[in-house]
Amino acid sequence: MADKIIYAMYDDDDKLLDGARMLVSKGVHVNEVFSPMPIHGLDDVIGVRHTRLGIASFLYGLTGLMLATLGMKYFMIDDWMMNIGGKPSFSYLENLPAFIPITFEFTVLCAAHGMAITYLLRNKTLPGMPASNPDPRTTDDMFVMEIRTAENTKYSADDLQSMVKSTAIVELDEKTV
Amino acid sequence: MHKESAIREPLILGDKTFKQITDDVCRPIENQAPRGWYILITIATVIALYGVGCILYLIGEGIGTWGLNNAVDWAWDITNFVWWVGIGHAGTLISAVLLLFRQKWRMAVNRSAEAMTIFAVIMAAIFPGIHMGRIWVSYWVLPLPNQFGSLWVNFNSPLLWDVFAISTYFSVSLVFWYIGLIPDFATIRDRMTKPLTKKIYGLLSFGWSGRAKHWNRFEIVSLVLAGIATPLVFSVHSIVSFDFATSVIPGWHTTIFPPYFVAGAVFSGFAMVQTLMLIVRKVMHLEAYIHTKHIEYMNIVIMVTGSIVGVAYLTELFMAWYSGVEYESYAFLNRATGPMAWAYWVMMTCNVISPQLMWVKKWRRSLTFTFILSIVVNIGMWFERFVIIVTSLYRGHMPASWAYFYPTWVDVGVFVGTIGIFTVLYLLYARYFPVLAISEVKTILKSSGENYKDGFGAGEGYYGADGSHGHDHHESHDEVVENTKHEETVAELSEEEIAKNKSTLLDRIGTAEASEADDLKQISGVGPVLEKTLNSIGIFKFEQVSKMTSEEYNLLDSLTKSFPGRAERDNWAAQATELMTK
Repeated sequence: MADKIIYAMYDDDDKLLDGARMLVSKGVHVNEVFSPMPIHGLDDVIGVRHTRLGIASFLYGLTGLMLATLGMKYFMIDDWMMNIGGKPSFSYLENLPAFIPITFEFTVLCAAHGMAITYLLRNKTLPGMPASNPDPRTTDDMFVMEIRTAENTKYSADDLQSMVKSTAIVELDEKTV
Repeated sequence: MHKESAIREPLILGDKTFKQITDDVCRPIENQAPRGWYILITIATVIALYGVGCILYLIGEGIGTWGLNNAVDWAWDITNFVWWVGIGHAGTLISAVLLLFRQKWRMAVNRSAEAMTIFAVIMAAIFPGIHMGRIWVSYWVLPLPNQFGSLWVNFNSPLLWDVFAISTYFSVSLVFWYIGLIPDFATIRDRMTKPLTKKIYGLLSFGWSGRAKHWNRFEIVSLVLAGIATPLVFSVHSIVSFDFATSVIPGWHTTIFPPYFVAGAVFSGFAMVQTLMLIVRKVMHLEAYIHTKHIEYMNIVIMVTGSIVGVAYLTELFMAWYSGVEYESYAFLNRATGPMAWAYWVMMTCNVISPQLMWVKKWRRSLTFTFILSIVVNIGMWFERFVIIVTSLYRGHMPASWAYFYPTWVDVGVFVGTIGIFTVLYLLYARYFPVLAISEVKTILKSSGENYKDGFGAGEGYYGADGSHGHDHHESHDEVVENTKHEETVAELSEEEIAKNKSTLLDRIGTAEASEADDLKQISGVGPVLEKTLNSIGIFKFEQVSKMTSEEYNLLDSLTKSFPGRAERDNWAAQATELMTK
């Protein structure tokens, strides 16, 4: 049987959340939700795992910290020991206070940009990418739940439809892939 | 969902729905710009071009065209630089610090404040660039391998710290701003009908589709960016203050500078936000989202940071006396009583006295008063930097080289020019960008919208088919659920009855052929499946739908069985009438 996609449309985030809870409790797998704004509490219901971007950002920050330290050690201590006002830079540690501002700035620079780039790449949201929301109203006031029959083999397409209809939907759409 | 106390003033006034929020923000982008916009942008462009001319003249002729002299080697250039950077601080403060503190009112102003930040930092960056004199070698500020015996930049210098601080600050603010903009560009993209504009907003929106996983990441990215942008904001203006504080000039080398500069930056930034937002809300009809309470909140920030600045001024005076250093004492005595005392007293009046007026509740809730005061503060904060820089320099250690400072027309032209460029950028932003964070404002509608706070919310049709209305589930609502379910249960009909109802319905609203069908999906509430059902009954045209009254709706409900009461609630007939005329 061809894979059918059922789009259950709601006009309210809480109604979608209630609907998702009901469907999931019956063992329906909700493939995706498209919404004009974040729906708090939805991730756990439909099984979206917590993002690790925060950890990634931390690692990017550490990289920046290391690069800044190594760079300034090389520029100021090893390569050209700059003598400022009769105070030559003998060791990195002695000069450390003067290096802190740039170390901090560079850490932030790497953490922020590394995370932002990773975010865009992981989302596959890049300039020129086509939009994939099923209905243009999902960026306005429609909250859409996507259910695939192929992922819910224990229910027939009609069963799924009637279950979806029993939630507070306002519209229903179907697509055969 | 997070509940908010009922005694807190709502943040969104009126009976707004998600749809209306989108409409309200997108309207200025979709409609023709008002005549005032064209007039303003013309004036601003002329000023901006004059400024660009002055900058080009300056680069061609050299720094000598400024009013700098032997004693005063920094004047309007660095004053303007610090002034613009300071203004920029409010944007990041609103979007980052207030996000960490979960201040929901920020959502009304964060987008525009961040735009202001970015444009202000661009304006600020012009000044160190041009005051280097030889702008074509400005890449020398970067630690690049070079042919001068691998001569590196001086990492011990606050001026170099500034290079890193400002560029990090600018790029991180830009990224923060843009990541928030992506979902809103997607909203505009999906509303646009003209192919070119749709294409442009499609490109800007990066193909955002609002998937659950993406929103999950979006929220974490915003939070982490806010977390690292917060110390960044404080570091940037601290480092700007180090440009002065690490020197040995009396009046500059004080340890109070970092906190004093940061407070001053926030103070001036919020004043600029007030100036801009009071105009924006009026011109773009966003009074429901940016109202007196928001203005009052910002005025309180102005009052607090203004008081910090005031205390810092007095502390400086006290320390100058208490330190017993005669040069330091003279620097401050000279500021207050010397030939440039007028600038000092302008600063004191605008920055110390004026924010104290905000203690009066009536005044800080008055929009006219706020507008005037915000301009006063902007002027005062420009003078603060002027006083710090010029009045410390013009009478230094050597009385023989004492001098007065007079700006030249190039000084004035460059400064006024940056205001022109800033205004051009801001006007373009206000015209083509969503000035409110649409998706973020929607998240606070239910907790802070006036309608929801009053207990109804989203007006007609908000109570769902099952009587649920989202925000909570207590017993009285369960009864409602029961009742509505009873009323709306549609009795099963025999086939003859269905046929009879069908013909009665079609008799009343008229018949139509499939060949002349309208796109019924345009009616809010009608989806592809329902359209098919309607077509199978014999309803194809808006004209038919427009003739429906409650009796016809009931007949229709008995036939479709899918969404009882829906057609009447959404008033399909009125919608269809409107669609017919399009």
